[in-house]
This record gives sequence, C-alpha cells and structure tokens, in this order.
Amino acid sequence: MASLSELYQNVILEHNRSPRNYRVMADANREAQGHNPLCGDQVTVRLRVDDGRIQDAAFQGSGCAISRASASLMTAAIKGRTPEEAAALFQQFHRLVTGHPEAAAPETLGKLAVFSGVSAYPIRVKCASLPWHTMKAALEQTRDPDQSPSPDL
Amino acid sequence: MLKGLGLLEQPASSGSPVRGPFPVEAVRRDFPILGITVRGRPLVYLDNAATSQKPQAVIDAIGRFYATGNANIHRGVYALSEQATVAYDQARSRVARFLGAASPSEIVFTRGTTEAINLVAQSWGRAHLGAGDEILVTAMEHHSNLIPWQLIAEQTGAVLRAAPINQQGELDLEAWHRLLSDRTRLVAVTHVSNALGTLNPIRELADAAHARGAVVVVDGAQSAPHLPIDVVALGCDFFACSGHKLYGPTGIGVLYGRAELLQRMPPWQGGGGMIASVTLERSTWAEAPARFEAGTPPIAEAIGLAAALDYIDGIGFEAISVWEDALLRRAVELVGAVPSVRLIGTAAHRAAVLSFLVEGIHPHDVGAVLDDEGIAVRAGHHCAQPVMRHFGIPATLRASFAFYNTMEEVETLARGLGRVREVFG
Repeated sequence: MASLSELYQNVILEHNRSPRNYRVMADANREAQGHNPLCGDQVTVRLRVDDGRIQDAAFQGSGCAISRASASLMTAAIKGRTPEEAAALFQQFHRLVTGHPEAAAPETLGKLAVFSGVSAYPIRVKCASLPWHTMKAALEQTRDPDQSPSPDL
Repeated sequence: MLKGLGLLEQPASSGSPVRGPFPVEAVRRDFPILGITVRGRPLVYLDNAATSQKPQAVIDAIGRFYATGNANIHRGVYALSEQATVAYDQARSRVARFLGAASPSEIVFTRGTTEAINLVAQSWGRAHLGAGDEILVTAMEHHSNLIPWQLIAEQTGAVLRAAPINQQGELDLEAWHRLLSDRTRLVAVTHVSNALGTLNPIRELADAAHARGAVVVVDGAQSAPHLPIDVVALGCDFFACSGHKLYGPTGIGVLYGRAELLQRMPPWQGGGGMIASVTLERSTWAEAPARFEAGTPPIAEAIGLAAALDYIDGIGFEAISVWEDALLRRAVELVGAVPSVRLIGTAAHRAAVLSFLVEGIHPHDVGAVLDDEGIAVRAGHHCAQPVMRHFGIPATLRASFAFYNTMEEVETLARGLGRVREVFG
C-alpha cells in the first residue's frame, strides 16, 4: 500500500516551500503556458536557449505541491542540457511517474527520483508532468503560446 | 434493523418515516460500501454531491431485474417483456409521485441531469429561441446548466445573461431581477449549488420569470437528494435531477416537464420508441414522454431508481433534513475552527455542503492527506469554474454529506485537516 510519505518525500516538500527558479526571466527566448483544466493548475515555463543548450530555465504559476516541486526540480535539471537531452529526460521522468516497467533506474534520474511515489497515485501523474509538457512546448514553440499542452490522463 | 421496521420493502405511502433520534447506525447497515476500508482505514465518504452510495435495496432491485426479469420493453406479446414494461412504467409513476408531478407523462427518463438540461435546450430552445431573445442563468451554475445554454445561444442567436452572486455565495437577487426583462425567454437556475450548497428561492424566481412570459428550468441535481420536491409548488416548468445522486444507479436521470410544454416540443433525438409512424421519407412522433426517449431506455436503472425513492421516502425527508442540518452545523463548527481553514460560501440557506480551503496549501494536497485517513472529499473546481473565479481561487475542497454520515465522521474530517499542517509545515 502506497503511503503518503512516499508521495510527499522531503525533497518535494522542501521544493514546494522554497521553489528554485520561480521568477520572471527577462531574457527568455522560449515561453509556454500549461494548464490543467481538471484541477485549474497553471504554469508558465520560460527558457533561454543559446548555442544549442538551455542556458536558463524558470517558471511561475499556481498548483499543488507535486506540480510546484516538479517544476522547481525540472528547471534545475534541464539547465545546461540540449533540447534533445531535456526531451529524453522528460521521457525517463514520465516512465518513472507512470510506473512504466522500462523506467530507468532511479539513480540515473538524480534528484528527480523523488517522484517515484507518484506512480501509486495515477491522478497525480498529470500534476508531476504538467511542467515538463509545458517545457517541451516551449522548446518546440510550434504551437500558439496561449494553447495548453494536453495533460496526461 | 430498518428492514425489520419494514422501511425497505414497502412503498413509502404505507411505510412509517423515521421519528425520534436519527437511527444513523441502522441506516448505515443498509449501505454495504460503508463497511469497507480505504488505505487501511474505515471509509469516511464525504463526496455525496458527486455521487451517493447505494442501499442494498437498490442493488437487489437491479440484480433481481437482471436475474429474473430482464427483457426489452414495448416488445409485444411475451410475458417477460410485458413485465419489464410494467416495471418501467411503474418506475415512471414512482418518480412522478416523488417530484409531485401531476402525471407520469410529465416524466422523461434521461441519462442524467446533464442530458435532461440538454434536452430542454435543444428541443424547447431550438423551437422557441431566436436572435435577440435572452436566456438568464446565474453565476453559480454547474457547467451542466451553463454550457447547454451557451450552445443553444450560439445556435439560435439568443443572448446569454448571468446574474452574479455575492460574497456569501448567494444569488444577487436584485441583480437577477434587473437582468430579467421582456426579452427573457428562458430562466435556468440551480435549486442548490453543487459547489457551495446555497439554496435558491425558486418560487420567487419562477413567479417573476412567468410574469415576463419566460419558462423556468431548475437544475435539481443537488436538491432532490436533500429536500422534498414538489414541482408544482416550486412553480417551475422543467426540473432535472440524477438517479445516482439520489442513492440510485448511474446512467439514469429525470426531466420533469409541464405537460402543455412537453407535448408541444419537437423530438431532439431520433430512433426506436419515439415515433407514431415511419415511412422512408418522413415520420410522426409519439406523445411525450416516449417522444423524448429514443432507443432502449435505461430499464434496470429506472427500476433501481424507483427502489431508491422507496428507500428515501421510507426514512422521510423530515428526518433526513434534520440530521443533515445537524451534520452541517457540526462541520461548520469543527472544520471552521481548524487553524488556517477558510470556509467558502456561507449562505444563510444551504444544503449539507461545505466548501473550504486550507490557506497556503493546494486543495489537491489537502485531499491527499485526507485520503490517507480514508476520507473521501472532492478537491477541484467542481465543474463550477465561474464560482471559483468569483472567489478568486482555482479550486476548493468540498465535503458533502448524506443522511448516512455520522458526527464521528465529521470529527474525523476535522482531525484529518489538523494533520495537513503537520505534513506541509
């Protein structure tokens, strides 16, 4: 039986209280907004991509502890990576939170491994992945910035 | 124990409604699910506004129909079909009696409240609305009593107006009366707000609307489980409610429509069972309510719903409302006293619904802590985003009570909320 302390691991609670990179980024050159219509969570992800790498990442918005901590840890994790590496990391993260049998070993995900408890709470998968979908939309910039990426169901 | 009192198996008219202290423990034994555990704790089910639990009498009625009575209705000569037809028709009569309708022909079975409202919008609305006509709703509607009107307004060129609510979560009556005009063709209003519990003064609104020649549609999804409904006394033209919120099955709802309106309305869905005669070119329609029930209807669900109404009337709304009021008062007192809890919606007249926030903690996170204690509450916008916007919040927690809830469960809720601070600091 999944327990509350596995869902809300200390690192998640700490990032919820003091999120990293929660700010406006004046020199951002990529931006997207994500919205989860089921619970009203909203997140704006801003990136600065130069020389083929994500030089800076920041977010703002309102959401539950899972989505806030996920956005915080994501912005820290993708800085310095190429867009392809960030997309690959999202794929690994997504496998982790959905309890995918081929999920990478938690240690390869670094701090992101604290979200392993989410897989026992399917309804919270979309909370954890909303910032990532939004980041991906920002990188792609193929869609209208006002359009929300669709949440996982 | 209630069974022993003869409350379960007799029609309500001959049953004896509960008097004296509310026999909540006996009532709970009628609902098998109330005995289960969740995450290792006894289930504390406080999401009754989303759906209610089902008494054994309902489960048995549905099981009995499938085990020994299943056939399609109106299929001619064989005994089983005749019995099923009689049972379905009896269910319609039972619903008519429950709602105070003059005749069973004023009762249309639908898939739920949502479909009932869409039926009125698409049938009555298409026939009667045109450019410049106005539809008046309120800012406290569930999306199911808002979107159907947005759609029909777009289709017909009618204008949708919405009366605001005040800081207590009550309808701003002055503004509502101001928005009502000779252009208003239809008034749609919820009887009880699903998000806040607010009870609206339907009779007053209906009288004013009728004086302007408008028809009145009442969303009764949240009132029918808690109050005795008399559609004639309410003065409404249409009243919609759902079986599954009334301790009955999912997949069935009810539209009451005043006979003279219903009989003049065109069909909105075509199919079997709703015709008088058919040629390859054209068809003529059956009388209401059959005209509005294309296809095989929810037969087992209608029978289950009738059993649910028998069960409710066996307890009696007098006893139910006294107990539910006591639960709500205790919940307001205990939950309201938890540090950093803010109650949302404090209407003077309301059903047993408590919406609240824990300051600084997202409702989903509060809901997860409560879930860990076996407590089922709803966290979200409750399909009432305009209500959330009015209060400037994305979501609330909602505890909604039924007559089978106990004072101990209210205490468990308050204790669980106390634990939220421990987890999130």
